Amino acid sequence: MIDWSGYIGLILEGAWVTVQLTLMGSALAVVVAFAAGLGRVSRFMAVRALATTYIEFFRGTSIFVQLFWVYFVLPFAGITLTPLQAGVLALGLNVGAYGAEVVRGAVKAIGREQREACIALNLSRFQAMRHIILPQALPLMLPTFGNNAIELLKGTAVVSLISLTDMTFQAQVVRAQTGSTLIPFATILVLYFVMAWLISLGMRWLERRVTRGLDGVRA
Amino acid sequence: MEWDWEFVRQIMPTLIEGLQITILATILGAAVAAVIGLIFAILRMVAPAPIARTTSFAVEFIRGTPLLVQLYFIFYVLPDIGIRLPALLAGVIGLGIHYGTYAAEVYRAGIENVPRGQWEAAKATNLTARHTWVHVILPQAIPPMIPALANYLIAMFKETPLLSAITVLELMNQAKSIANSNYRYIEPMTLVGVFFLIMSLISVFFLRWLEERYARVDER
Repeated sequence: MIDWSGYIGLILEGAWVTVQLTLMGSALAVVVAFAAGLGRVSRFMAVRALATTYIEFFRGTSIFVQLFWVYFVLPFAGITLTPLQAGVLALGLNVGAYGAEVVRGAVKAIGREQREACIALNLSRFQAMRHIILPQALPLMLPTFGNNAIELLKGTAVVSLISLTDMTFQAQVVRAQTGSTLIPFATILVLYFVMAWLISLGMRWLERRVTRGLDGVRA
Repeated sequence: MEWDWEFVRQIMPTLIEGLQITILATILGAAVAAVIGLIFAILRMVAPAPIARTTSFAVEFIRGTPLLVQLYFIFYVLPDIGIRLPALLAGVIGLGIHYGTYAAEVYRAGIENVPRGQWEAAKATNLTARHTWVHVILPQAIPPMIPALANYLIAMFKETPLLSAITVLELMNQAKSIANSNYRYIEPMTLVGVFFLIMSLISVFFLRWLEERYARVDER
């Protein structure tokens, strides 16, 4: 009989790496999503073109290819990243591109009359965005952001292929050492599912939080 | 290290070979996903409550866990209970089940979006269940589904590099083995990226066309 406690510890260590990756990747993704999403509705052609290129490029290739490119090709350009940095960078930029479309869609969805009211009140473009448009657009973005965060969590499994010791990598280690396949893989499947469930709980809480006081305002 | 066109020319045939497997896996995976999605959707809508709930949970579970781990599960765990699958088949099944759960949502939304009045009108004109489905519900439900399904097809195509993790010799795996044996990463990895980018840019245009063609049925 195998003593499982050590192996479960190994998988939990990996789970912590997965959690870190998810959190840091999401943080980067949110920043990038807003930058690129607002860039796409910019007044300036050059900014719009740059944002569109970024979004199409990262949505057009998969996270796996991007990760390998960041990890194996960038070193030849003199940029060497640790697996964790490469993972966060690739995940953040990839999911950020999807998030950017969400930001753009939500900002576009705010009615004309709101923009006209901003002009009538003589608000600057920044003020209008900051105080009128974004507070209303944010609740529209959150449900999709939640889905994107879960996609990012699922994407973290791929980093195991560049030898980052996340949950999937540790499960492979356990499989190699014990020869048992069912227990490590079933364990991590359940752990991933629990994490995804926690993310959707958290997003639902956040949604209630930001829509507070907006009842009746939104159609 | 410099970009070497001679090396690119050398490795191209191998990459094309990988690309063929990638496309094959996508097509087979899409077929499996379309069927499995339909089964999931039907079970959730018409099966008795306990089965419907179990199916819902299974769908949620599959959507909440990474495809890579599911592939490992199919490829490494199933042989322990006597089911030994070739790598490509395991990959196609994994892709099919994973994207089947997404397809199930599309089917369900498509069918639920047919207005209640249509069902009632079918009943009022005394159509049989078969006639209701074939002549009233499905013709209205299917066109709006097509762009959404095509979207997932593209997503699935982009996920096929994961099959390299279970030893399928598709595009990514060919590129990796070239890179490892020559210790040149720039060309193979960049080319894989370019291949995927070209394929998905083409498919984005195709998708736009599909959306224009099918998405707005009710505006007629």
